[in-house]
Amino acid sequence: MAPVATAIEEQRKTDETALITGSEAIAVACKLADVDVITAYPIRPYDTVMQYVAKLVANGEMDCEYIVAEGEHSQFEIVKHASACGARVFCGSSGVGWMYAMEALTVTPALRIPMVVMVGNRALDDPGAFGVEHNDALAVRDLGWQLVWVDNAQEALDTALIAYRVAEDRRIFLPCAISCDGAFLTHSQALVKIPSQEKVNEFLPRYNRADLLLHPDNPITVAPQANEDWVMEIRRQNYAAMERTFGVIKEAYADFERILGRSYGNPFFEEYQTDDADVVLMGMGTLSTPVKVAIRQMRKQGKKVGFVRMRWFRPFAAEDLAKSLGRFSAVGVIDRDYSFGSPYLGGVLAGEVRHALYPSPGKRPPVLGFICGLGGREVTVPDVERMTDSVYKAAEGKVQPLTQWIGLRE
Amino acid sequence: MATYVQIDPTQKLDPFKAVKKIPLEEFFTSGHRTCQGCESSLVMKTMAKAAGPRTIILGSTGCMYVANTTYYSTSWVIPWMHTQLGSSGSAALGTAAALKALMRKGKIKNEPINVIAFCGDGGGADMGVGAISATLTHPDYNLLILMYDNESYANTDIQLSGSTPWGAHTTFSPPGKVKRIMHHRWKKNMAGMMAVGHPTCRYVATMCMSYALAGMNAIRKALSIGGPTFIHSLDPCPKGWDYDPYLSHEMGELAVNTGVWPLYEVEDGVLRLTGRTQQLAAGKIKRQPVRNYLLKQGRFAHFTNDDIDYFQSKVDEMWNKWLVPGVIPFRKEVEADNPPA
Repeated sequence: MAPVATAIEEQRKTDETALITGSEAIAVACKLADVDVITAYPIRPYDTVMQYVAKLVANGEMDCEYIVAEGEHSQFEIVKHASACGARVFCGSSGVGWMYAMEALTVTPALRIPMVVMVGNRALDDPGAFGVEHNDALAVRDLGWQLVWVDNAQEALDTALIAYRVAEDRRIFLPCAISCDGAFLTHSQALVKIPSQEKVNEFLPRYNRADLLLHPDNPITVAPQANEDWVMEIRRQNYAAMERTFGVIKEAYADFERILGRSYGNPFFEEYQTDDADVVLMGMGTLSTPVKVAIRQMRKQGKKVGFVRMRWFRPFAAEDLAKSLGRFSAVGVIDRDYSFGSPYLGGVLAGEVRHALYPSPGKRPPVLGFICGLGGREVTVPDVERMTDSVYKAAEGKVQPLTQWIGLRE
Repeated sequence: MATYVQIDPTQKLDPFKAVKKIPLEEFFTSGHRTCQGCESSLVMKTMAKAAGPRTIILGSTGCMYVANTTYYSTSWVIPWMHTQLGSSGSAALGTAAALKALMRKGKIKNEPINVIAFCGDGGGADMGVGAISATLTHPDYNLLILMYDNESYANTDIQLSGSTPWGAHTTFSPPGKVKRIMHHRWKKNMAGMMAVGHPTCRYVATMCMSYALAGMNAIRKALSIGGPTFIHSLDPCPKGWDYDPYLSHEMGELAVNTGVWPLYEVEDGVLRLTGRTQQLAAGKIKRQPVRNYLLKQGRFAHFTNDDIDYFQSKVDEMWNKWLVPGVIPFRKEVEADNPPA
């Protein structure tokens, strides 16, 4: 095993650097992962990934069956069946396109299909909006999908490779959706280090469907009618697989660092300037950019604010998170989503954070929820400062609404 | 010129010359719990036999899923996987695409493997028609979509589908005190639609397992010819059609001999009427009146003589007025439509 420092040094020498978007980074990951079957259907903003894939196929840089489907339901069903036959697959969608595929999305984890997909997060209709909201990907949060949010193109590429490694692990066999904020990530270019094929091959073993392979040499019957006799035991197997993802994800990140030379620290959530923080903000995806800028500015004014960015929403590292949040005097959760009628009328992430904190044996700071940046509305530095002020008030014990809409027209 | 369509070889499945030449080995066996007289389960059995052991079957939701694959007692000897109600087209496409990619890349042994997706009339003619249509436009994949048509959602309590005949009594179209005819839509012309709408699809056929040898040979041809293919099978259903199960075979014969169910195949764009239908069209045998067919089924028990005459007139129109009789309902001129009061 090469020491990490050496691997990093090596990576600097061998990795190619390219100026590409988040979507293109994921297309490059598909090429490096030697994906066998890919299905496309147009909807903005995710469709950019398929435009890049189509070019790779047309230029002979990628060898896969590339199928343009007639709708998202078919798009996801096609790759589901391809994966059951042992093919590594990729798919994706956005907004209502993702919802159109919902039946297929429901059966995919139930069938233990390790599909990797990209969700280009987009507001659901109606009214029409191309911009980002997280409600699309979050709609499958209870069904056995692994859900991860990334905030830059490098992380998108790396996470796609890690996602294949975790999803296709025989201990897991669950699908994984990589969420990329529409426009802010799918369409924004950044410098990305592209790992060598040799290193990817070392990190990512071939997909082996093993005893579950659908093939005449292994004539099994997949997904018969089980009814009340067996459904509960089968659900419990999915529960156990999801429980195992914590360990397998940690293993994958450790191997990624060892072989590819890039480290992400705690895989499940990123902490930014939290060591000495009084209060923290939380969120997912690209809102990290304005939040981090605002934090640097506020720190110049003496406010000790930190930021916790959730990467993995499923599995949700509740114990680790609760332990970490216990260090702060208040937490403000920024949701780029909504959950109408939910407890305290808050967003989805705020509810999950409160849920994670409740059984915690440690300190339980007050949690404020903010709904912000819906429909792709920019989350601005003044927005972040306003939210931080409210979190400080919560830390002082001042009573205020538990859910606040920020950046809303008066 | 570059070859845009890259298609792998298929298994060469020659037609069975006679019933006694059909192998005894079964690939759909015991363990199922279909009804007495179920013709669709006969289609499953003969379909598996016609295809042989190097086959993957995808089954969309319906009777032939629910009744055939109870956990721990599957009736399938060959690999079988469930697919969603409207997904027969996508299931076949995804399976064929995976085999093709994995064989090309040397990840699995390169050999021809049959891919068959079946669906009922609800899964095929209603919910799945879009996916089937899309799949039939993909010339690169070897697969067969077989629609077993028992003319209702027979698994969920006999509700009408887009393939239920005019006037039939189903649980969603019960004859009542004010409305005798609740279902006044005509059966979709699925095979004709698939053949006409997908000119690169090399093989579309209709069949009825009352003529089992012809049906099995249609399946073998569909699997051998290459590319995506479609077969529409009419399957009498004692529960849904309401007749004594011992009459199933006869009911299929009546559907053909009354001209209600035309048997044909469209191979590389060439239409050929087959079996009894060919003889009917050539005038070698006489079409029986539809009355003989309708009155044997409880689902038409509420029909008046006017209803029967109307039904007969529509079947006559299919044979006498359609530009391609029994297959394509284009006419030279507008025909009056006079349904009974």
